Amino acid sequence: MYIKVLVPTGALGITYSKKALNNGLKEKPDIIVVDGGSTDSGPAYLGKGKSKYSRSSTKSEWRTLMVAREKLKIPLLIGSAGTCGTDKSVDWFFEITKELARELNQKIKITLLKCSQSKKDINKAFLSKNLFPLSNAPKISSKKIINCTNIVGLAGVEQITEAINTKADIIICGRSTDASLIASLPIMNGVDKAVAWHAGKIGECGAFCTTNPKSGVILISFKKNGFFIKPVSNNTKVTPYTVSAHMVYENSNPFTLIEPGGCLDVKKAIYKKQKDGSVYVTGANWVQDYNYKIKLEGTHVVGYQSISMVLIRDESYVKNINKWSKQVKNKVKEIIENSLSLKKKSYEIQFRFIGKNATLGSLERKNLEPNEIGVLVIVTAKKQYECEEISKILNPLLLHHSIYKNRELPTFSFPLSPPSFKIGKKYEFCLNHVMSLQNPMDIFKLEKYSI
Amino acid sequence: MRLKELVKKIRSKNAGPFLLTIDIFCSDKKNFKTIIQNITKIAISKLYKIPKNQINIFPMKQLNIIKITIPRPNIQGSSKDRDLHGASFGIILEELKINNALINK
Repeated sequence: MYIKVLVPTGALGITYSKKALNNGLKEKPDIIVVDGGSTDSGPAYLGKGKSKYSRSSTKSEWRTLMVAREKLKIPLLIGSAGTCGTDKSVDWFFEITKELARELNQKIKITLLKCSQSKKDINKAFLSKNLFPLSNAPKISSKKIINCTNIVGLAGVEQITEAINTKADIIICGRSTDASLIASLPIMNGVDKAVAWHAGKIGECGAFCTTNPKSGVILISFKKNGFFIKPVSNNTKVTPYTVSAHMVYENSNPFTLIEPGGCLDVKKAIYKKQKDGSVYVTGANWVQDYNYKIKLEGTHVVGYQSISMVLIRDESYVKNINKWSKQVKNKVKEIIENSLSLKKKSYEIQFRFIGKNATLGSLERKNLEPNEIGVLVIVTAKKQYECEEISKILNPLLLHHSIYKNRELPTFSFPLSPPSFKIGKKYEFCLNHVMSLQNPMDIFKLEKYSI
Repeated sequence: MRLKELVKKIRSKNAGPFLLTIDIFCSDKKNFKTIIQNITKIAISKLYKIPKNQINIFPMKQLNIIKITIPRPNIQGSSKDRDLHGASFGIILEELKINNALINK
């Protein structure tokens, strides 16, 4: 018996081919699985508990999948709903789903898997030495944990299995590992864990493991000891190369993948081209953890920000941009000390020279002279009010500061009015830790609804 | 020659918020053999200003891919970070000069 998992896209919100989706549906999949999030777009989404993608595009793409599900009467599963997968973003996604169910006149059962964590409980785990740092994790403290705006635990196969077991039509999961979404149903049906997890990693980005990543849709068919990857869109192929090379993608180690409950090892995996155009994969190994562990993600507020942007086109200032910005910075510091009485360590002003080295900073090796330089000034301070005060103190200097004596003052270009902008809270990731659990559901919750 | 002109593609991505992973896609076995000799921890350490013991290099012979994983120059999205998705850091490696004597071998 084969278990078939249809993956319509690498992430809900980045669009996919509807034609390819229809081709995939003809293969009679047992479940439609889509990932809805990532940390790859930065800490602000988890910080605020908000989605990266627009509500309207999310709704429109979700509508197509809800229609497909109704036709086939199979479960539809989304993980890391609303980008960051907090309870708030799961609720946001649930609202969209309810709206669509009304519009499409669908009577459905929905299960929510909630992954947000209580700061108190996570701090307790920290104090009882039950949080373990992963590589390059920043130092944490009780204060940092308590000051987190959001903490999520990453669900794996165990929690998603519980959610699928509720027999819901639609399962909306909070933060989950990408691979676990694909791996869960096959494991529930007796597929070898190594096979299911391996397929999970290969299929996590949809058609990224094919010759045509834009097409989005792939179909994964499972046997007990191996899986087939098949592209379902026209003009798209899979080869042992395209499939195996996806193990490299956004993975710090191309041979192993740490997941909730264990570790996948693909050093001995075999990828074989099949006559029907699919690739058959076997040979991975799964090493089960002795203690069950899940990963945590957390963000905290490190301050507030405002930015200003000024364009420098005057040749002599482009040439002397470092001198100019140093002088501006020193003058501003002086004024701030006298008028705002802020200590030097309590705020930060960064100048980024767009057109010169804004992308790579001190790692930039090229030194070509540009025509003009966009100066992005980033002010970070402990309060928004301070950022705005500093930006306003900066303004006349950014507009008129001269590096020459006895010359008319220059006037530089502000492309926008107002010339400085409030960014608001500055979030940073502060947790990259695992926590061991007695029972995988200890810190996750299921909610069931019929609508 | 610059590394960029010798290989199929160099791709840089985040591997989570704290690590950066750079994949060099070589054109074939011979190309892979030449390139791998130049991708040393010393060279990477100089380019990215990172201590050698924090650099991991994975030669993937079967795929003709070389993967390099290093700590991010700044944590993703922190106030000093310049590139949220980490995709521009591969450019530094693209500019690496490769010894001509080795290429013609």
